[in-house]
Amino acid sequence: MKYDVVVIGGGPAGLASAVKAWQGGASVLLIEREAKLGGILKQCIHDGFGVVRFGEKLSGPEYADRFVRALKETNVQVSLLSFVTRIIKQDNMYVITYVCKEGVQTVQCDRIILATGCRERTRNGIFINGDRCAGVYTAGSAQNLVNMLGVMPGKRVVILGSGDIGLIMARRLTLEGAKVVGVYEAKPTPSGLTRNIHQCLKDFDIPMYLSSTVTRVFGKTRLERVEICKVDEHMRPIAGTEEIVEADCLVLAVGLIPENEIARDLNVPIDGKTKGAIVDQNCQTLVDGVYACGNALHVNDLVDYVSESGETAGASAVKNHKRDLREIKTVGKLLYAVPQRLDVNSDVDGVIMYFRASEELSDQRITVRADGETVFTKVYGKLLPPEMERISVDFSKAKSLGEITVTLEDK
Amino acid sequence: MQMVCIVCPNGCRLNVEQTEEGIVVSGQRCKRGEAFAIGELTDPKRSVTSSVRTTVKGYPVVSVKTDGEIPKSKIFELMDMLKNVTLHEPLPIGSVVIGNLFGTGVNVITTTQMEETDE
Repeated sequence: MKYDVVVIGGGPAGLASAVKAWQGGASVLLIEREAKLGGILKQCIHDGFGVVRFGEKLSGPEYADRFVRALKETNVQVSLLSFVTRIIKQDNMYVITYVCKEGVQTVQCDRIILATGCRERTRNGIFINGDRCAGVYTAGSAQNLVNMLGVMPGKRVVILGSGDIGLIMARRLTLEGAKVVGVYEAKPTPSGLTRNIHQCLKDFDIPMYLSSTVTRVFGKTRLERVEICKVDEHMRPIAGTEEIVEADCLVLAVGLIPENEIARDLNVPIDGKTKGAIVDQNCQTLVDGVYACGNALHVNDLVDYVSESGETAGASAVKNHKRDLREIKTVGKLLYAVPQRLDVNSDVDGVIMYFRASEELSDQRITVRADGETVFTKVYGKLLPPEMERISVDFSKAKSLGEITVTLEDK
Repeated sequence: MQMVCIVCPNGCRLNVEQTEEGIVVSGQRCKRGEAFAIGELTDPKRSVTSSVRTTVKGYPVVSVKTDGEIPKSKIFELMDMLKNVTLHEPLPIGSVVIGNLFGTGVNVITTTQMEETDE
């Protein structure tokens, strides 16, 4: 079988990109490893999705359903319960091998869209010592157990990490009858939205402990106790502050990392800061014909922007032209900016850029320059690393597009 | 008193004062902030999302939500009611699972499109 475009991943980015590529006239195959489409949204049953895109607060499954419906209006072929094991380039085409119920399948395509999402950091990723007992879960696994399988991960729960996922799981587990002993956060400030601290913790009298982390777990077969430690400003545990807390479940909500195993196999260069592929404004990676979007590209706060980048990748994967890439350099207190390249041979008006500040900052100005000439500038009263910002830059008004920079500096 | 508005992700910090003329709210970026603050003092309400059990293949549980807000004090009563619900057929998204909660006119509806599968 031969397709114009193969999309890997059936979450919000993959769904949006498959629909767009099909609308652009491509034959499309969407490969999804789970039994149902929708990705992680299926288990994100809380509401708040789609405020930017639809102007209403949807639950995750409702948001996904809108895109699954759009996909069903197309002739996109969908292969569920399918896992990609190998991709190679052969005779100017990509040959994709995947395993599914029918066995091992091979398809060929001109373009690949990587919409593989992100993965959670685990216990090993944050060096928690101690026994190898049951009862230690990532927040996503705990969420899957409760919201998809209807199984509780524990009765007395400690949550590590105060990002929105940790806060939302604290509320969810409390509603389902568990006792959440506390939410612990190594940083001195909470990572999640203030709104979630109120509606998820304060509404249910769940305490939050800042500058504290879990350093050790105890339990013969099942988790029995965790050791909590205060941490210093470098997030290193302070000796003598150890405290033992009884718990049969530890939920880790300690960060997400783009999933890029396939990208690596294809020798796609990765941005050390985003941990996703380096792309141009069309979501094309530095390898011709390979696109990346959604959380595989960089971890987003809002699904609305995941869908947006999926659509960008899908719409551009049907175009054909020789690229001329310029590096977009970041200057100043930027954690990262996406895209990292500008293709001056394609549309350069309305280039969507996403960026995060490297630290909490007040009164900042972001400026995009081309050969020293300012093409975009905007002032921000406050910037926080957990809050991604989105700007739309019109490079077409620049006289020349040689050296391109994005600068974040004091106003 | 201080309060954080939970209507949207902005999370405005509200200053709420009880005066002889009534409740005076400041700090909100939109009108919904004032309504939220007054509601919090007089009759706090919340939307609830949860899940109910099913006997349908591929769906041990299915996600639900209240299609409006219910009194905050009734949240755990609602959770108890949901424990007693079991769905026996694949329902389209938006199907009413419990109607007219506590006489408020608010319903519990499904938020997942259930499909018959052979998985």
